[in-house]
Amino acid sequence: MFHWLEKHPFFFALSVFVVIAYAGLIEIVPSFAQASRPLVGTTPYSTLELAGRQVYIKNSCNACHSQLVRPFKSETDRYGHYSMSGEYAYDRPFLWGSKRTGPDLMRVGNYRTTDWHENHMKDPAAVVPGSIMPKYPWLYDNEVDLETAYAEQLTVAQFFSVPYNKEIPMKDGTTKVIKMGDSIAESNALALEEARIIVADMKDQNIKDAVASGKIPEIVAIIAYMNSLK
Amino acid sequence: MNKNGPLEYDYSVSKLFLMNTLFVGTIGMLVGVILAWQMAYPAFNTFLGEGLAEYTNFSRLRPLHTDSVIYGFVLSAVWATWYYVGQRVLKVSMAESKTLMFIGKLHFWLYFFSSALIVVSLLMGATTSKEYAEFEWPIDLAITVIWLLWGASIAGLIGFRREKSLYISIWYYIATFLAVAMLHLFNNMEIPTMLATSPAGETMIGAWWHSVSMYAGTNDALVQWWFGHNAVAFVLTTPIIAMIYYFLPKESGQAIYSYKLSLLAFWGLMFLYIWAGGHHMLYSTVPDWMQTMSSVFSVVLILPSWGSAINMLLTMKGEWQQVASSPLIKFMVLGSTFYMFSTLEGPIQAIKSVNAIAHFTDWVIGHVHDGALGWVGFMVIAAIYHMAPRIFRREIYSKSLMNMQFWIQTLGVVLYFTSMWIAGITQGMMWRAHDEFGNLAYSFIDTVSVLHPYYTIRAVGGTLYLIGFLMFVYNIYKTTSAREVEEHELQNASPMGA
Repeated sequence: MFHWLEKHPFFFALSVFVVIAYAGLIEIVPSFAQASRPLVGTTPYSTLELAGRQVYIKNSCNACHSQLVRPFKSETDRYGHYSMSGEYAYDRPFLWGSKRTGPDLMRVGNYRTTDWHENHMKDPAAVVPGSIMPKYPWLYDNEVDLETAYAEQLTVAQFFSVPYNKEIPMKDGTTKVIKMGDSIAESNALALEEARIIVADMKDQNIKDAVASGKIPEIVAIIAYMNSLK
Repeated sequence: MNKNGPLEYDYSVSKLFLMNTLFVGTIGMLVGVILAWQMAYPAFNTFLGEGLAEYTNFSRLRPLHTDSVIYGFVLSAVWATWYYVGQRVLKVSMAESKTLMFIGKLHFWLYFFSSALIVVSLLMGATTSKEYAEFEWPIDLAITVIWLLWGASIAGLIGFRREKSLYISIWYYIATFLAVAMLHLFNNMEIPTMLATSPAGETMIGAWWHSVSMYAGTNDALVQWWFGHNAVAFVLTTPIIAMIYYFLPKESGQAIYSYKLSLLAFWGLMFLYIWAGGHHMLYSTVPDWMQTMSSVFSVVLILPSWGSAINMLLTMKGEWQQVASSPLIKFMVLGSTFYMFSTLEGPIQAIKSVNAIAHFTDWVIGHVHDGALGWVGFMVIAAIYHMAPRIFRREIYSKSLMNMQFWIQTLGVVLYFTSMWIAGITQGMMWRAHDEFGNLAYSFIDTVSVLHPYYTIRAVGGTLYLIGFLMFVYNIYKTTSAREVEEHELQNASPMGA
């Protein structure tokens, strides 16, 4: 059989493809039906949080930080409850990472505050002596790209039925609505509203002035994202 | 072309890819060395000054390193060898078909300019975040076209081949083509966000190159690691096996030890490899049965991997003195040995209880690099050393330089993986250590500070490897003007100058 295949390239290639491909079918397809249902209490990202998530990705934070708490005592002691599949239902892309040069950030919003991040991203080693994380001064200068975040919200709402502007059930029986703007201007206004809450806890006067004048530096967005990770 | 004379192979496309291998290899490895020093001494994050720090810090450069060595250095070498080996084992010349020559050149130039685009986009921070699939949709489309052009070249050369039976190397090139095509297409299913329309009727909002993944959360992870693991398999393993099946017998003058073993190794590898992807997600939120399956298949994967490696080593049976006398054979034999070593280490890390310690640590980085530097890098270097005298019709400039390069690089690899073993296991153990009251024994920063000496040793190892690579580039560069040789002299062992 093998000798025959080696003389018939088409059938050879076909056999190779079948042998390679079916593992994917068996492994991946069945779990697709189940794994993407959100947990009760899991909400989509707000405009500013999503913009912050894009800043996180733009700077490849995931190259050094995981977002996956494994079910070991040492990990739940350090980071909180182990990760559950439904918590990731709105994560496109997933950001589990593959290397922990720095600590896991799955639930960083539970134990780090806005002003901690503000100081830390400016000079990590000043906050955590011995830290090898680089400084991120440009986050304080660059203005965040809210339009792309808005485009992403619209895309996931239109193509994947992500429930923006809808009542989402919470754990305590109440409901919550994550707002998405009807236009770019409205979307920017919503983000600015969120940004004002964040900068209230920040000390950098330049950042406060920027937000007061309607501009949102990247640092504000990434802090909004960090605070949402719980 | 003389119809009755021997076939004249045309290496013009191969030559382009060969040059690109040297060029991008240098850049990719240089970036890697910079990253290694940044981890040991964070001050290197601003090595071009505070103003450019956004483009020179670790996180921005890291994808540039992985992508440039995988898709720049290795893929260039894969294609340099394809356009060399393909003609030879199929007994056709690129010069016989203008169409195939055009496809080959288009393949190269499209690839070259897309690579430049990738460098710019990664430095800008335009990334999907998915490892080894960081490219946004416009580049993904370009990659698809590049890949199809290669497919056209494979189909074309096979189509009018004179040798009816496909040699083992061709099996592996075909498998590489098919698997990567499938992986690339499914992992990069994404929707450009510019397609969205706001309720107010605004269109084309935000950055036009941005996209969102078709898959969310756990599903996205599943597809990504099905891709990520097998991109490693089908870019860093199968085409490299294709190379060694051609170049080792050619250079040594020995026949392949066993046809049956090569059959077992090939079909075994094809069958098993894809399953193992799940071992990147042990103890995550993917289903348990899949984690267990991937763990089991990873261990069984030792069989076909060692099948190929043993087949290579036994090919040298009775001719081991060549290892001592030829640095070119040294690269290939040590490459096979590193392949065995790396394919034993991988399955060990895929065992769930070992993975609990190894995952997220530097041990994984060490594993990648003993494979990438020891196996892939050495085999690519050997392939180019073998091809250069045939392509340029000149002897290799310096044998002693080659020998020196071999030992410097070997030392570099050994320093790299030993330091990363210690670093990984140390950190993995410290993360999980509890004191007598049941509290965590170490804060996270303790487990980082302790790694400093190992990061330094790794950076030294990486620097040695880079130095060796620069010697290689210099040697090939000088080869282009070395003593001329006649084609008929080049049956087996490559001619080398002092």
